[in-house]
Amino acid sequence: MSIKESARILLGGEVRKPAAADYTPGANRVHELKRMDGANRRALAEEMHQQHGHSHTWRNRRWAVLIAVNLLFVLSFWLDIQLLEGSLTASRFLGFHLIDLNSALQVMLAHKHILVNLVIGTATVFVLWVLLGGRSFCSWVCPYHLLAEWAESLHLYLVDKKKVSDHAFHRGLRGVLWLLFAVLAWVTGYTVFETLSLTGILSRALIYGPGLALLWVLFWLLVEVFYSRRAWCRYFCPIGLTYGVVGLLSPVQVGYRLDNCFHEGDCRKVCLVPHVLECVIKGRATAETMSIGADCTRCGLCVDVCPSGALHFEVKGLSKWL
Amino acid sequence: MAPITPHKAAQARRRFLRSLIGGGALLAAGGAAWLPLAQAGTVRLRPPGALEEDDFLSSCIKCGQCVQVCPVSALKLADLDEGYGVGTPFIEVRAQACDFSCDAVQCILACPTGALTYTKPPHLATRDAMRMASAPILLAKEKDPEPTLNLKERIGVARLARPDLCLARQGKGWKGAARGSGYDGHLRFMDVDRWRPIPLNDHPFDVPICDLCVRTCPIKGAISLEALPPLSPAPPPAGEGSVRKTPVVHEACVGCGVCEMACPTEPAAIVIDPRRGWEA
Repeated sequence: MSIKESARILLGGEVRKPAAADYTPGANRVHELKRMDGANRRALAEEMHQQHGHSHTWRNRRWAVLIAVNLLFVLSFWLDIQLLEGSLTASRFLGFHLIDLNSALQVMLAHKHILVNLVIGTATVFVLWVLLGGRSFCSWVCPYHLLAEWAESLHLYLVDKKKVSDHAFHRGLRGVLWLLFAVLAWVTGYTVFETLSLTGILSRALIYGPGLALLWVLFWLLVEVFYSRRAWCRYFCPIGLTYGVVGLLSPVQVGYRLDNCFHEGDCRKVCLVPHVLECVIKGRATAETMSIGADCTRCGLCVDVCPSGALHFEVKGLSKWL
Repeated sequence: MAPITPHKAAQARRRFLRSLIGGGALLAAGGAAWLPLAQAGTVRLRPPGALEEDDFLSSCIKCGQCVQVCPVSALKLADLDEGYGVGTPFIEVRAQACDFSCDAVQCILACPTGALTYTKPPHLATRDAMRMASAPILLAKEKDPEPTLNLKERIGVARLARPDLCLARQGKGWKGAARGSGYDGHLRFMDVDRWRPIPLNDHPFDVPICDLCVRTCPIKGAISLEALPPLSPAPPPAGEGSVRKTPVVHEACVGCGVCEMACPTEPAAIVIDPRRGWEA
């Protein structure tokens, strides 16, 4: 997918069905082969399911990293070991400034005066997350993501029991909010979004102790359990968009192999941002190998759930070189 | 293109409406966070080196690095009831004042955005009454080659708010711990340990006329005890001394709040007016 197309989808654009001219000859060949060989492939898919089952490899790794990073913040303060001082909005790792991109943006717009340390910290984090995969910040670091995953299991359970149903918002909402919060910061001179940021609130609560602000976090968890699946991360949080833009440039992506795919759709059921996985729908992939778009949080749930190894992590450029 | 069914169109319409309401609600919540500021119930004392309040709120990134470096844990972070101030540092001096135990105003050093700063950019607002006439001299460093604090503005100023409660004005002394039992505030006492602040209550006093505010003040020449004329030639009421004195705050006061913290009366006779400047 082109960067331009990936950006359009990131901002809430609908995923387009590809035109006939978009398909590579290789992709056409595989699609054709699958059509000819339907029965055989279904049997093969059954077999794959039997063999593979559901792995939790990437989820476990990710949870371990997320907990470790947040624990490092907490312990740095509590035990005064000073490895990672501050919180997720801004910190210092062994003395090097790290500044969250969205918080930096809010402060720069509100304050209109930019300090060298702020620029250094922001640039460092920008480069870091270009290298690490953009929205991987969301799924591998943000503490709200972990709580939301647990709330999501509860939501899915309730949906299964027909107690609640999922109410989707328009994906373009996040981009609109991003813009409005940027304008608000500039016009009012207050970092308005920071007041509402679940990431900031949770990170500070973990490190400096709980407060009233946790009620705001609780409110969103309840919304996500009873009303709308993963609402904050999917439709509202501007931080996700900021890191999504970084992800446009990142070589760390989830890759897709058309040949290995049986189009069963398990991956799209577990995905936070299923629109990035529309290429796995039967007949949609325009090339034999595809990269999943920038909105992907690189959480690895799809990699874990795919029984036939069609989805995998890749580092563009590096993978070929290796 | 697949034809758009009426059902799908209705679904899309509902989703759009829901998004409008949801987005509007989040923006409204963002707007509501302004209310605590508009009401401005309490004026918080900000850490040393803080910009003027509006600039401070716009520049503070709410990371708490200042909190982490404070040797006496004087800085606390505000909660959601302070609206846009959520996550910003403040000092509750009666519980724990800044006594500059760190010598170098470490919180300023820790701040990544310049919300706390040694050198304020010229285009940012400064009130004349906040400017220090000269660099404050830290008594703990008085014998060092560089005895001053790198602090160009005060954060507030001390005021004898309840003169009737002041023990010195009644000619009374003080014996024992400065604050009630269970009080946990820490101060640095040079005669105990240069680098390790100790609980204020572990340092009992025994003074014929109470001068705890003067005695504990970390800044040279910020406060002194001056004589008061006797009330009348007649002997003073029972329990009061014949020599009466009063604390007098001078222009060197930076507003750190140690006097309010150490004042043994309840409530404190001397208090800090946060963000108020010096008025001669």
